[in-house]
Amino acid sequence: MKEQTAKTQDVVVATSSKIMPAVVALLFGAFLIVGVGFAHSDTIHNAAHDSRHSFAFPCH
Amino acid sequence: MFRRIFATALLAGFLGGLGISVVHEFTTTPLILHAEQFENKSSASDQKRSDIRNPLLILAHGTASGAAKDAEEAWGPANGWERTLFTTIANIITGVGFALILVACFSLSNGTVNGRTGVIWGMAGFGVMSLAPALGLPPEVPGALTAELVPRQSWWFLCVAATAVGLWMLVYRKGVIWVVAGIVLMAMPHIVGAPQPARTGGAVPPELAGHFAAASLVTAAIFWSLLGWLSGTFWQRFGTRT
Repeated sequence: MKEQTAKTQDVVVATSSKIMPAVVALLFGAFLIVGVGFAHSDTIHNAAHDSRHSFAFPCH
Repeated sequence: MFRRIFATALLAGFLGGLGISVVHEFTTTPLILHAEQFENKSSASDQKRSDIRNPLLILAHGTASGAAKDAEEAWGPANGWERTLFTTIANIITGVGFALILVACFSLSNGTVNGRTGVIWGMAGFGVMSLAPALGLPPEVPGALTAELVPRQSWWFLCVAATAVGLWMLVYRKGVIWVVAGIVLMAMPHIVGAPQPARTGGAVPPELAGHFAAASLVTAAIFWSLLGWLSGTFWQRFGTRT
């Protein structure tokens, strides 16, 4: 029984240690995309203008 | 794992963003500059007319209200090398952002990913991030007539999320019910419909706008294949080291 609990804990640790970095990367990637492609700041819009059009992000 | 994901995404995103900047310089950028000639020529008079006819109609890059016209214009890079530099930086940040999402998916998939299978992942990214939204919101040149920005951006996110989850159901779940659910989910944003402008016809000739839409999609396909291959290759290489 103890052995089984230990195994389950190992699996949980292995899974969460694998999922956490992926989720952080996913969120950070989305943050960068929103910043470059979607932020409403005029300065960011003007700096990234051609990139936004070329990547077909909705642009005003 | 953190190091493997971030090292792969930073390297692949940097090289992919840099590579696509060279491609853009000869494909989409000349079309944007050409379209801006028409946009600048007629934006003032066209905006005045559209303001009177329909206050909800927005001319891409036109000032939406009189107050905005009086406001001091925000900084923008000067034409020439400065504009190219900022476009390249924006492309690199976009590349790293998309690479982080792609590599996170590699990690969550539990499968073996190398350069070759990375290209398939890249094609999935192209389908989700470029192809599916393009059906409702075709890539637009400066000066195109568009609906309001926020509803279009919201629809874009809805379409990308629904397509991504739908594709996951088709690929990773077994059974007819998942296939049906996946297809319905992928079709849903298009049944809802993207926000469209109240009228068509902008300052830019339709031939130029059509050419740009094609150029944008072709360069997006090149970008995603390149990013997929680079990400897969580095993912495999950094995996054997650790």
